[in-house]
Amino acid sequence: MALAPVGRAAGVLANVAGVTTVRSRGRSRPAAPPAAGEGAAPRRSLLRRLSVPVAVLAGAVVLGGCNAPTFGAFRGATTQGRDEFKIWVGFVITGLAVAAIVWGLIFWTVLRHRRKSHDEMPRQFHENIPLEIIYTTLPIVIVGVLFYFTVVTENEIDAVSSHPAEIVHVLGYRWGWQFTYDAGDGRAQGVQIATTAQPALLAQPATSKEYPQLVLPVGETVRIVLTSADVVHGFYIPEFNFSRYAQPGVVNVFDFNPTRTGVFRGQCSEFCGLYHSEMLFSVRVMSDSAFQHWLSTEQVHQAGAGTGAAS
Amino acid sequence: MTLTAERPEVVGHPGEPEHEHGPTGFVKWITSTDHKVIGKSYLITSLVFFCMAGIMAIMMRTQLVSPDNTIVSQHTYNELFTMHGSLMLYLFAGPFAFGGIANYLVPLQVGAPDMAFPRLNALSYWLYLGGGVTMIAGFLTVGGAADFGWVAYAPLSDAVNSPGAGPDMWIVALLLTGFSAIFTGVNIVTTVFYLRAPGMTMFRVPIFTWNMVVTGILILLAFPVLTAALIMLWADRHLGTHIYSVAGGGVPVLWQNLFWFFGHPEVYILALPYFGMVTEIFPVFSRKPVFGYRGMVFATISIGALSTSVWAHHMFTTGVVLLPFFSLMSYLIAVPTGIKFFNWIGTMWRGSLKFDTPMLFAVGFLIVFLFGGVTGIFLASPPIDFATHDTYFVVAHFHEVLFGSAVFGGFAGLYYWYPKMFGRMLRESLGKASFWFMFVGFWVTFMPQYLLGLHGMPRRIAEYSASTGWTTLNRVSTAGSYLLFIAVAIMVVNAYVSWRRPIQAPANPWDGHTLEWATSSPPPHHNFYRLPPIRSERPLWDFNHPEHTVRKYEEALHGAPVAAGAGSAAAVAVAATGGPDGGDER
Repeated sequence: MALAPVGRAAGVLANVAGVTTVRSRGRSRPAAPPAAGEGAAPRRSLLRRLSVPVAVLAGAVVLGGCNAPTFGAFRGATTQGRDEFKIWVGFVITGLAVAAIVWGLIFWTVLRHRRKSHDEMPRQFHENIPLEIIYTTLPIVIVGVLFYFTVVTENEIDAVSSHPAEIVHVLGYRWGWQFTYDAGDGRAQGVQIATTAQPALLAQPATSKEYPQLVLPVGETVRIVLTSADVVHGFYIPEFNFSRYAQPGVVNVFDFNPTRTGVFRGQCSEFCGLYHSEMLFSVRVMSDSAFQHWLSTEQVHQAGAGTGAAS
Repeated sequence: MTLTAERPEVVGHPGEPEHEHGPTGFVKWITSTDHKVIGKSYLITSLVFFCMAGIMAIMMRTQLVSPDNTIVSQHTYNELFTMHGSLMLYLFAGPFAFGGIANYLVPLQVGAPDMAFPRLNALSYWLYLGGGVTMIAGFLTVGGAADFGWVAYAPLSDAVNSPGAGPDMWIVALLLTGFSAIFTGVNIVTTVFYLRAPGMTMFRVPIFTWNMVVTGILILLAFPVLTAALIMLWADRHLGTHIYSVAGGGVPVLWQNLFWFFGHPEVYILALPYFGMVTEIFPVFSRKPVFGYRGMVFATISIGALSTSVWAHHMFTTGVVLLPFFSLMSYLIAVPTGIKFFNWIGTMWRGSLKFDTPMLFAVGFLIVFLFGGVTGIFLASPPIDFATHDTYFVVAHFHEVLFGSAVFGGFAGLYYWYPKMFGRMLRESLGKASFWFMFVGFWVTFMPQYLLGLHGMPRRIAEYSASTGWTTLNRVSTAGSYLLFIAVAIMVVNAYVSWRRPIQAPANPWDGHTLEWATSSPPPHHNFYRLPPIRSERPLWDFNHPEHTVRKYEEALHGAPVAAGAGSAAAVAVAATGGPDGGDER
């Protein structure tokens, strides 16, 4: 329903473009001006041709406000990931709109201004200072707006709560992961999950038990404390729209607030040597009560395993 | 060289003897200090490396055609992507531009007889060839070639994690080619500043040469940093230092900072020459001057300046860089790049466009590079980078940018200047077929990779599980890469055909604007017997079309003679009556 006024706006836009064209054509031209009738025809078709893509684009923007298309991306399974998704949609729409305009100009000139005769000689104009100032300043404004949204979003994503419900120490190593659980106050909980087999042996689906699973409670703030035992790894969870390097000598701290339950793939994203392709893990997000149950079971189980190994 | 007052015979062979009695054939090749011989050597060598790297890419795409594929082992795959990146970036894209095309053309475009330092130029080529062979020879060592990615992040590249001679040869190769690049940079900058022909003021220098000046300065800023970083890496590997190792109190992330302080200017070292090439092509095939010449120069200098302060956008996910600063600086690069785009369109606007192969590739460059630029804006936003860093989204982005410039722009330049360099024409039909295979293959190869990245496929993985759902998109991408292979194969066939059944190239086959077309194809030993008067950035056009100069157009527009500004083209008529007044900046 919003499309009708949008279409009118597009018509106005195209009209403005048409008027500008007329003005520039109004100047005296020394070299072989086209016939008057010829001058009018492309203006009408310019209007016609511009109004459709502009209307489609504007429609996409309006639709984007209501029910955002994903443009191939994940919607995000954490609050941080959702923030990223919002800015992604805004960027894609802006980017495609700019690209469509520039592509339109390219195709327009390529199709319209082909050489028609061997001795055709175009006007030798070589600059237009006001126009050049406009297309220098307009991009500055656009990137200024993009930069504003970038800073706001990155601050939201990088914000760290002072009262996390759970702290997970993540250690990346060649070629596996280790997750160690602490309570929110830093007290060790005696639960540690790690890769159980050598990667060379792993030719299994990503859901295999050989790969470690990071278990998280939904709706709670979980702090991740990330580092590496050897080389640089990438702690990457696609559906969280997030990755961060695990680096030797550097401890990175960030929060996840999972918003829905499920099992998500995780994988090392920074090349780390021979079995980089198999440095997988998964993330299981469960309800808080299920998480507490899982935690206590694991505590008993791992304590038992520890005793068993000691005796 | 002589500045002529009346219209001289500048086209075709001037009928004077070649004053060259040097050796020919192989001995000429290894002893020559002629920028044209060195330029051609660079050109052919870099294209050989390009083909090798392309075959590696085809092998990788074939490996990824199915889940859990084992056509190559994981170790081989790691070597392949490392050497593909290294060959393409260090041995093809840069040397092809500044060693090949620029070496050949910068002296011609400024009306000089040779580079400023011909012997240094020869040394540069031999260092480059030696370095390239050293890098490739890594495959012959016991442990294989380097396999830590073309960025060689510490501590993966240290002696513990990457032992063996292959990585050492990679480091030495980069030291050699790094010095080769530095020497060429010195040569280009000096040549343009000191050897311009009378009348060739800086604001009459063709845009390609302007871009090479900025590229040369960027080389001088960036490559010494890489050299230093590599020497420290070597010391860590062999002399027991701990510059990049945590164990000895070193800082691994220092490598990333140093590498990208080289690496991001390097991206523009790879892009600016190709921007310059298409900026030569659009005016010639539109029969118009460059739109916004001074804006173009300003944009090039801005890109060069900004490129030194954006390196940490490769490091957004390290958690140790100041995100807003590097994000903003990266965004700002879009502004001069946008100016260039609008100027290119303005150059074509209401021109008389003729779509010979160089122009086709140049327009193809515009269309594909634009999309790579737009996704670059996305990646300059740290939140979006968090989601896509090290995925195929990034792979698709930088292939669109680098393939767009170095291959579309590079092939445009190659088709454009091939007649000048080799004295014979390439076949238009094969050239156009090559273009269409490449244009279609490009989108089919790289668009699926954006989606793969958004679906979470990390880069540099040798295999993936079918449960990821990435198979179809990978198959499409692989099919596209075969189209690209065909496109390059047609290009090779084209060169072969022109070699076996030559069609003689005239001095000025495209009705060119700049001085390289004012001499024979190929040019004589010291390039020129005569030069046309240089009164604008397109002296040959003014000479051949005295009724259609910018000066004449503006006089007619304003109804009175205009003052000859630094950037506006002056009429040949003035030169014809006023005699040699070209020493205004000398």
